[in-house]
Amino acid sequence: MSKKYDAGVKEYRDTYWTPDYVPLDTDLLACFKCTGQEGVPKEEVAAAVAAESSTGTWSTVWSELLVDLDFYKGRCYRIEDVPGDKESFYAFIAYPLDLFEEGSVTNVLTSLVGNVFGFKALRHLRLEDIRFPMAFIKTCPGPPNGIHVERDRMNKYGRPLLGCTIKPKLGLSGKNYGRVVYECLRGGLDFTKDDENINSQPFQRWQNRFEFVAEAVQSAQAETGEKKGHYLNCTAATPEEMYERAEFAKELGQPIIMHDYITGGFTANTGLSKWCRKNGMLLHIHRAMHAVIDRHPKHGIHFRVLAKCLRLSGGDQLHTGTVVGKLEGDRQTTLGFIDQLRESFIPEDRTRGNFFDQDWGSMPGVFAVASGGIHVWHMPALVAIFGDDSVLQFGGGTHGHPWGSAAGAAANRVALEACVKARNAGREIEKEGRDILLEAAKHSPELAIALETWKEIKFEFDTVDKLDVG
Amino acid sequence: MPFKSTVGDYQTVATLETFGFLPPMTQDEIYDQIAYIIAQGWSPLVEHVHPSRSMATYWSYWKLPFFGEKDLGVIVNELEACHRAYPDHHVRLVGYDAYTQSQGACFVVFEGR
Repeated sequence: MSKKYDAGVKEYRDTYWTPDYVPLDTDLLACFKCTGQEGVPKEEVAAAVAAESSTGTWSTVWSELLVDLDFYKGRCYRIEDVPGDKESFYAFIAYPLDLFEEGSVTNVLTSLVGNVFGFKALRHLRLEDIRFPMAFIKTCPGPPNGIHVERDRMNKYGRPLLGCTIKPKLGLSGKNYGRVVYECLRGGLDFTKDDENINSQPFQRWQNRFEFVAEAVQSAQAETGEKKGHYLNCTAATPEEMYERAEFAKELGQPIIMHDYITGGFTANTGLSKWCRKNGMLLHIHRAMHAVIDRHPKHGIHFRVLAKCLRLSGGDQLHTGTVVGKLEGDRQTTLGFIDQLRESFIPEDRTRGNFFDQDWGSMPGVFAVASGGIHVWHMPALVAIFGDDSVLQFGGGTHGHPWGSAAGAAANRVALEACVKARNAGREIEKEGRDILLEAAKHSPELAIALETWKEIKFEFDTVDKLDVG
Repeated sequence: MPFKSTVGDYQTVATLETFGFLPPMTQDEIYDQIAYIIAQGWSPLVEHVHPSRSMATYWSYWKLPFFGEKDLGVIVNELEACHRAYPDHHVRLVGYDAYTQSQGACFVVFEGR
């Protein structure tokens, strides 16, 4: 039906608040936690969010009438109270599929978390979750290899993988850096990792690092008889340099490279991930800058959204926090988003912070990486929380061993295997963790010393961002 | 800083992936792991290889995967039969997961020389 042009400013809710709307399977659904300015009705705030993140602008414009806007507009179809919070509410918004370019996470985020976050009628706005429709997912490349291909390539089965970041994170020369890699890998780790800050600085240019690391990986592999890898950080100032580094890693026969997907950006990440699929390279993903975006409970983007976006953009391993270590993250929330990385269907479950059913179809899974302030006493809890499809990374907990990194690595490997063996045998590893580790230490002086070294260290601060419960 | 005589020397060891850093399992401990594989719904599978080829992706199957086998005793007997037939080979037990086409468990039970 044709409409008349009526210049002026209309209330957003007249157009974008549609409580009778039943979302389509192909709609992209989003849940925002909204905190409006005082006196603005909820419906108007929610409709404004829907409008500003889709087709709307502040004024009526004549050119809207050139198109059937009902086909393209985002709609707020539900408003819910936030348990235990009087000033905020959840707005559920449905976006038609055609608002987004196929295979572009960049495009989705530009719309959903673009201008709307600076909108004056809002005090705070947080994107809590996105339900990606299957029709969109099938257009995204996803992880270049996925969990099972990575296991096959690295020959690691039936346990979490074990890694560590090379420390000190800045300042080592290429040759010294390779030495630390070698020590860790010969001690029993599967992977070592470039710290995210390591790109190509004056003290250690990338090519020099790559060559020494490749030799360290090869030596450790030959001496231990096990497959080894080091995440060579290809994050760079320009895509051209990023690809140049990736190509060189491949030339050196290395199995895995690394990228920082938030500072590097989604477009760079998706491109590098496609390169990895084509070149048989595993891709480890770091998440520097995420806490700037995801830590405030009322503003920004929840990490579960950033994790989902990474799975779509592509990566074989993604950092998720540790629950038990030095970095923020509560257990239920973490379990909620590691499900989003690894499972093929995740039902709505508010106790884990998942606001929608999410079907990933045939998209491969991503290893959850637990890294940051963890040590050998945390091992039973880590195995219980993260399960086998994870990479557990101990930095200080490896290099800080009184005998050095190789012994630290061995201590962690013994502890990990003891926990997995005990779990398989039906023991409750979190409850019996202490006994399991002490028993294992009888056969491993490296573990006995590690247990003694870190016996007093705990990180018991309350989390800043909690699940919303009454 | 004076040299600390408490620092030990870590010797690199050649290991065979999962459980390579634990002492050899007792019979009962092996039973526990087989029971775990069966309880997960995975198919037990026995593989063997000469130690000179231990890093190869493909080890020889012992017979075929024991699809759907629920009897722990059967698997123990097959492991031992494989070890008798190839005493100088590594023998490993795999829990094959047809859903993921991956291995939920995999560890060496007998080390060849």
